[in-house]
Amino acid sequence: MRAISLIQQFAEIVLAVAIAPLFAGWIAQCRAWLQNRSAPPLTQPYRMLRKLFHKDVALAANASPLFRLAPYVLFGTMVLAAGIIPSIATDLPFARAADAIALIGLFATARVFMALAAMDIGTAFGTLGARREMMIGFLAEPALLMVLFNAFLLYGSTALPSLVDGHATHPSVIDPSVIFAAIAFVMVLLAENARIPIDNPATHLELTMIHEAMLLEYSARHLALVEWATDLKLFNYACIGFALFVPWGIAIHGADSSSALLLAVAALVAKLILAGAALALIESLSAKLRIFRAPEYLAMAFLLAVLGLLVHLLLGANVNA
Amino acid sequence: MHRSHLIAELLRLLAAGLLLISFAMLSRRRTQRLITLYAWQGAILFLSTCLVAYDAGLTELYYSAALTLLLKVITLPWILHRLIRRLGAQWDSEQLVNIPVTMLVGLALVIFAFGLAQPISMLATTITRHTIGIALAVILLSFLMMITRRKAVTQVVGFLAMENGLFFAATSATYGMPMVIELGIALDMLVGVFILGIFFFQIREQFDSLDLHHLESLRED
Amino acid sequence: MNAEPWLSYASASLPVQALSWLLILAACWCLLGLIGLLRPRSIHFVAHALFPLGALVCVGIMLLAGSFLATGHAAETMILPLGLPDLPFHLRLDALSGFFLLLLGMAGAGISIFAAGYFRAGEGTAPGLMGLQYHIFLASMALVILADDAYLFMVAWETMALSSYFLVTSQHRIPEIRRAGFLYILMAHLGALCILLSFGVMQGGSWLFTFDAMRAASLTPFWATTAFILALLGFGAKAGLVPMHVWLPEAHPAAPSPVSAMMSGLMLKTAVYAMLRVGFDLLHVRFWQWGALVLALGLFSALFGAIFAAVQTDMKRLLAYSSIENIGLIFTGIGLAILFDASNLRLFAALALAAALLHALNHSLFKSLLFLATGSVLHATRQRSLGKLGGLIRTMPWVATFALVGTLAIAGLPPLNGFVSEWLLLQSFLFTPQLPHAFLNMLIPLGAAALALTVALAAYVMVKFYGIIFLGQPREATLAQAHDANWLERLGLFWLAAGCVAIGVQPQVALRAAGAVTGMLFGQAVTSGASIWQIAPIAPEQASYSGLIFLAGILAVVGITFVGVRLLAHGRMRRTDAWDCGYPWQNSRMQDTAEGFGQPIRHMFGAFFRMERELPAPADATPRYRIQIEDRLWRALYLPTARGVQRLADAVSVLQGGRLSIYLLYSFLTLIGLLVFVL
Repeated sequence: MRAISLIQQFAEIVLAVAIAPLFAGWIAQCRAWLQNRSAPPLTQPYRMLRKLFHKDVALAANASPLFRLAPYVLFGTMVLAAGIIPSIATDLPFARAADAIALIGLFATARVFMALAAMDIGTAFGTLGARREMMIGFLAEPALLMVLFNAFLLYGSTALPSLVDGHATHPSVIDPSVIFAAIAFVMVLLAENARIPIDNPATHLELTMIHEAMLLEYSARHLALVEWATDLKLFNYACIGFALFVPWGIAIHGADSSSALLLAVAALVAKLILAGAALALIESLSAKLRIFRAPEYLAMAFLLAVLGLLVHLLLGANVNA
Repeated sequence: MHRSHLIAELLRLLAAGLLLISFAMLSRRRTQRLITLYAWQGAILFLSTCLVAYDAGLTELYYSAALTLLLKVITLPWILHRLIRRLGAQWDSEQLVNIPVTMLVGLALVIFAFGLAQPISMLATTITRHTIGIALAVILLSFLMMITRRKAVTQVVGFLAMENGLFFAATSATYGMPMVIELGIALDMLVGVFILGIFFFQIREQFDSLDLHHLESLRED
Repeated sequence: MNAEPWLSYASASLPVQALSWLLILAACWCLLGLIGLLRPRSIHFVAHALFPLGALVCVGIMLLAGSFLATGHAAETMILPLGLPDLPFHLRLDALSGFFLLLLGMAGAGISIFAAGYFRAGEGTAPGLMGLQYHIFLASMALVILADDAYLFMVAWETMALSSYFLVTSQHRIPEIRRAGFLYILMAHLGALCILLSFGVMQGGSWLFTFDAMRAASLTPFWATTAFILALLGFGAKAGLVPMHVWLPEAHPAAPSPVSAMMSGLMLKTAVYAMLRVGFDLLHVRFWQWGALVLALGLFSALFGAIFAAVQTDMKRLLAYSSIENIGLIFTGIGLAILFDASNLRLFAALALAAALLHALNHSLFKSLLFLATGSVLHATRQRSLGKLGGLIRTMPWVATFALVGTLAIAGLPPLNGFVSEWLLLQSFLFTPQLPHAFLNMLIPLGAAALALTVALAAYVMVKFYGIIFLGQPREATLAQAHDANWLERLGLFWLAAGCVAIGVQPQVALRAAGAVTGMLFGQAVTSGASIWQIAPIAPEQASYSGLIFLAGILAVVGITFVGVRLLAHGRMRRTDAWDCGYPWQNSRMQDTAEGFGQPIRHMFGAFFRMERELPAPADATPRYRIQIEDRLWRALYLPTARGVQRLADAVSVLQGGRLSIYLLYSFLTLIGLLVFVL
């Protein structure tokens, strides 16, 4: 394990934790611009976090230790995931700890802890949110797995560093299976991160909430950690998308250290800006779906991913014939 | 060689787009959207025919492409749009089976079509022979769309989409059909749509609705 | 530090082979059971003296089997002077039986220790008798795994069925329990009939019923397929594969909790063992159609089990359906292994089989843990229905903590053990496009999607299970007096939970054990790239997973965050009422119920169920909401078959006219017939 890879690992984690709220703030700002409102400043999420950390926790009398532990576990899983996903470099010691399927498992751990914590106090909204969140979870998993299957067929691996390296050695031209998989991935990203059209992150109507309903009982530092973890989850999903589909700029194995790293950071920031704007555009153009239209939406994502798989098996295998 | 490779990639992309549109037609609820999707299908056919004509150097196919553009992208969608506006039929069309199940069945049909097409594509000699599977899948999916819908207009769109699939299959397997046959088929389609339009008015007068479920009352009892 | 040289020294210095020691330990179980008959009514003697000794025997078996697997001995055989005159008992210990003995010992130890603390007086059968049945059950399972000829196998198999029947009907005064027991023994016998026929086909004309003879027999494809199908029916019925699963959701809730744990955790795995033995060892050709069939049945069972578990309102029935789901997953792995093997892709077959074996081991641990936890809950609250539980994490913290470990494990979450086997199974699906068959290589990848759906659905079900029982507000006032488990029960739960965590964090040990089995059957081990830090079954660049880094990483970040927040901000906290969006009252009826949690599944997968609903009308004086969900297969398959059998029996019973002269006429006719044909 070289020293440079340790430095890259550390830098990546710190960068992810630091930038994630900024990314969420940028998306909020783009949404505001698209909806002809004036936006809060980009540093608003940081101010919110600071405010929350300094408040006293107001805990329900019947909250169990699980409720108090869950925000930390959530934050921990998201930080670990940020360390595993190759957002700026592929030569990371933690990258060996998980391939993409294990990453999905890590996100599932976070989701289950969140759902259990939501059921802990025993309010109607918490249990409702837990039930809905788990439902979205199990509908999104097949689609996500099929996207990874596509990646595996194209590059022979599900480990993200190998995928990024594979992209670098033989860049693919416009491949329909890649495009289908990318669209499916974006649809799943919207579903898993509680964005429109599955869930409205800015809603105040409890009966329409999925993700927010699970957070209703949290306050102060717990809420801050959960919010930060949510922002990190979106950041992580975006970085997975970049690693799978547009990995240009990531410092690959054996690259010359400092300049490659700076280039990677710059590329990441540029990609995040574009992705944030695109996400805000999609959110502004779509309407929130009824909860039982969500299976159709996710079935569409699953279908796209499977179509990509089948098209690759039919056409891609014969492209040289 | 490089140019040929690029054209092959673009054709794959267009074929995949065609498949996607057929699935979208399976899942869309509103009739108006269906007609727009049909127009997009026609546009993709036009582009792919042009590309094949360019690559193989057959000028006949250019005429065929122009005919496709005129008929399937402009004329037929315009006729259909007028039809549904006059019928007042821009409503939600109901499905017989719910959408996720329909899509799963569609997926199974696609696998079936791809599996069948693999030995066939070994026999053909065109640049697009690998897309025969996609053409077959489009035909089957349009048929499925006709089966799972209840309103009459959508069944017509399914019928037209099926013809699109046939056309695509012909282009990819044998560089198109003889011009005469193609003109004949185009004329059949046009006449068919006119006659069906007349029938729709009759059905609506008789039953006050275009739901084909009402036709069941005409059986012997 | 490598433990192998120490283990090989230890076993080399033993004068007798491992098989003899295992037999002696199994005999110890029978002895313990018989000793229990001396003072059958004494709870203290049976529960606190005999059961812990039984647990020690389990630990001994586990260590022996583990050392046998680790040192890679060749197969050991033995012939006992018992049995039929020309077919004495043959026994065999090889990697496959060693793995399942390891499973038996490991889970059995935890269950026995728990049972020592669990059994109380006044619950139907006398404790001494129950101890006898329990230990005979364990011993017969060990003999099934060690059997090397069809006769000993059937004797042990039937003993297993019979002893478990008596255990299931321990509270025999309740009619539902008797009915469940009857269904159970009926299905067990039907399965045994199929197994017997399968053995009959496999001996291939030599009329020697030893397994060696069956290995040497060469069968035509037709007969080999017949034997396989019969074995699948028979062992599938015991394992709980759909459509032979109907007994499982009835028998598991009816039995006392340690017995449910044993049945789910151990007995179903003996059926898996037997399927592997027949499919991979006794039959030496495999056809891809078998693999496709097993794969389809496995995936369907998995989905079926998960969907039904999601709509249950009885906690033990929920776990029973979850067992069906997990058995489906194991058979999915077996089906994949057969498919790959039939196409000569032995490395991938080894991967799929290792996934199935590991899942069997993991399931025995976490399912037993969960069943035992429900046993504690049952003792403390006397409630089985999910609608009357809740909030037990406050009054039963130990049970809740161990149950949390079990829940996270069964939901397939890293860094626990359930995730490892599911990860391996998904990895083996990734290679299915390489199968050489035209439609299969496109259809089977979709099986991976069904698998992902099932696994995620299992997480949904387990959140429901844990959340409704242990979290939230208590739904009944009596739950406030629930007491926590006693120290013996806690020890048993701890043993199983520790096993879950250990295998999750260091899966390469279990993977090496599974690798010994795949090495024996396919000649390929799946331990390349395995180290203390990670497992990478095919190649590190292709995929790798490290449970240790997951656990260490999460704990490190949790610790750093906790300390950091306290340092940079503060740790002040005050207790208030719950926010609940400002609603002034909140009682326990306002939180979600088990039916409510199952509503999305009922809505989306309605075609699987047969639902009877009673909805309240606005004008009802006493509004009632009732929903009853039934298995479609019961009405569609089992009841018609039962009616057909009844009609056949009625038709045949015409022979039993009742008049003596008719019976004498039968004997007379038979005598005439024999005289004509023989002379």
